[in-house]
Amino acid sequence: MSETTVSLKGITKSYTRGKQSVEVLQSLDLDIAKGDFLALMGPSGSGKTTLLNLIGGLDTPSSGELRVGDARLDQMSAGQLTKWRANHVGFVFQFYNLLPVLNAERNVELPLLLTSLSATERMRRVHIALGVVGLADRAKHKPGELSGGQAQRVAIARALVADPTLLVCDEPTGDLDRKTADEILGLLQILNREHGKTIVMVTHDPKAAEFATHTLHLDKGRLVEQATLA
Amino acid sequence: MKYLPLVWAALWRRRPRTIFTMLSITVAFLLYALLSGVNAAFNAGVEIAGADRLVATGRYSLTQVLPFGHLQQVRSLAGVHSVAGQSWFGGYYQKESNFFPQFPTEIEPYLAMYPEIVLPADQKEAILNTRTGAIIAKTLADRFGFKVGDRIPIIAGIWPLADGSNNWEFDLVGIFDTKNPKERSLYEMMLFRHDYFDEARQFGKGTIGWMVVKVDDPAQNEVIVDQIDALFANSPNETRTQTEKAFNQSFIKQMGDIGLIMSSIIGAVFFTLLFLTGNTMMQSVRERVPELAVLKTLGYSDRAVLALVLAESLALCLLAALAGIGLAALLLPGIAAKLPGFSGLSLSPATVLGAMGLAVLLALIVGLPPALRAMRLQIVDALAAH
Repeated sequence: MSETTVSLKGITKSYTRGKQSVEVLQSLDLDIAKGDFLALMGPSGSGKTTLLNLIGGLDTPSSGELRVGDARLDQMSAGQLTKWRANHVGFVFQFYNLLPVLNAERNVELPLLLTSLSATERMRRVHIALGVVGLADRAKHKPGELSGGQAQRVAIARALVADPTLLVCDEPTGDLDRKTADEILGLLQILNREHGKTIVMVTHDPKAAEFATHTLHLDKGRLVEQATLA
Repeated sequence: MKYLPLVWAALWRRRPRTIFTMLSITVAFLLYALLSGVNAAFNAGVEIAGADRLVATGRYSLTQVLPFGHLQQVRSLAGVHSVAGQSWFGGYYQKESNFFPQFPTEIEPYLAMYPEIVLPADQKEAILNTRTGAIIAKTLADRFGFKVGDRIPIIAGIWPLADGSNNWEFDLVGIFDTKNPKERSLYEMMLFRHDYFDEARQFGKGTIGWMVVKVDDPAQNEVIVDQIDALFANSPNETRTQTEKAFNQSFIKQMGDIGLIMSSIIGAVFFTLLFLTGNTMMQSVRERVPELAVLKTLGYSDRAVLALVLAESLALCLLAALAGIGLAALLLPGIAAKLPGFSGLSLSPATVLGAMGLAVLLALIVGLPPALRAMRLQIVDALAAH
C-alpha cells in the first residue's frame, strides 16, 4: 500500500444533537490513490466536510477503518493525530484562515516552527513555497494587504511548506471570483501533476470540480456517484 | 525563542487595548515599588537599632515630657553605661517644606552612644565648646548647601524663644556622616545642645522629651527596663522604657501599621488588576478562536497552544511590570532628595524580585483560564462556528 493512499472501510460518523444521534456518514467505503486529485461534491449537509475532516485527521470516525498511507487514523489518540497532521497533511480553507497579525512569510512559516529546522532553513523553505505560488514579492505583506486570491495563495504556500503528501482543501475557491478561482485551481492542478501531491477538495462548484481527476458525489452521508475526469 | 514573533504579534493584535492594559499594570507596579521603598525606609531604623540601647519615654505618650532630674537617677542604676536626654524640636528651615528633624540633646553622651555617627574630633570639640552650636548630617548639609561656620536660622514649630519669637539661630560647627553610607537616611537630623535649648526656650524648662540609655550588657535589657520604670512608678512622671528597636517600631506604629496600609493598597490595586487583565486576556482569546483552531489544525498540540497563550500573558505582565519598576528606579532618587529621612529610599533587589514574582503570578492567574479554554478547543467545532 502506497504512503498516501487513503482507504476508508465501513466508515460511519454520527453526532449527538440534544438527545438525537445524527448519522452524517453511513458505512462509507472509499479508496483514493496516491497522486489523485479528488473533488468531493454534494448538497449542504451531505457529509462532504465531515469526510474531509476525517481524511485530514481533524476528527475521528464513530466506526470503521480509516487508513492514510500506513497510518490507522481511526486508532490514533488526539495527540497522535496532531503529530500526524503536522507531518503529513496540508490544509486549505475557504476563508484562507491566515493569522492577520503575521505577514505572509510568518504565516507560511507556522508549520515549520514545529520542526527542528534552523531559522535560516525555515526561511529558505518559506521563500521556496511562496515562489511556487507566485508570491515571492509579497512575503512581507500582511493578509489585510493582500487580495483574496493572493491570500489563498499564501494559505496554499502554508499548506505546502512542510512538504506534505496530502492536501486537504475545503471550498478553496468559495470566496473568490471566477477568474481568481480558476487561477487557484490551476495552481492546485500544478501541485497535483508536477509535484505529485494527492489532493482532496470539497466544492459546490462544478467548474472547480473539472480541475480534479476524479469527482465523488455524496448525499445524506452516502457515496452516490463517482466519475473520472482526466 | 522561535515562537516569539507569534507571541509578540498576538500581544499587539489590538494595540490600544494592549497599551491601556499595560499602562494599568505599569502603574500598579510603580506603586508597588514606591510603597515597598517607603516601607523599607520606615523599617530601616528598626533593623539597625542598637541592641544595647534603651529608650525611656513618658508612660502614656511620647509627647509627655520628663523631668531633667530623671537622667541622674537612671545614671545611678547598676548596669547603665550612660544616659542622654533628648527632645523633639520640630522646626523648619526657611519654609515648612524644608522640614528635617532637629533634636536638642546632651551631645557628649549621645555621640558616645552612637558610634555609627562619625564626627571629626575638632568639630566635636567645637560643639562641646559652642553653646549655640549645632551639628548636621552630611546629606542635609549637601541638600541645603550648609557649611561649617554658617549661621542657620530655624523657625520653631513647638518651642518659642523666651521673648516669644520663633526664630532660633544656630552656629553650624560640625557636619557628621555615618560609618555605613546605607545608614545615612536614618541619621538625617540636626543635633544641638540641650543646655542652650533649655535656657533659651519660653516654657518647659527643666524637662526633656525622652532618655536614651546605653546598657553595659544587652542581656540585662529586661532587668534594666524594669528597674527604670520601677524608679518612677507612682510618680507624676512615670516612664515607659523599651529597647530602641521596640521604640522605633512603636514610633512607626503611631503613624499606623505602615506595612498593613501598604499591603492593603497594593492588594486592592492588584485585585482590580486581576479583573482588568483577565478580561483583556479572555477577550483576546475569544477573538482568536478560529486562529487558534487553525494552529491546532496545522499540528500545534493542546499544550503548545496553552503555552502560547500563557506566554502572551507572561509577556504582557512582565513587560508592564518591568516598565513600572524601571519608572520607579527613575523616580525614587528624586523623591528621596525631596523627603528628609528618606534619602535611603531606593529599589532593593528584593523589591525587584518580588515584583517579577508578582508579575508571573498575575500572568498565570489571568492567563490560565483563557489558555485552558484555548487548549480544550475542538478544531471541528471552532472552524464550523466561524
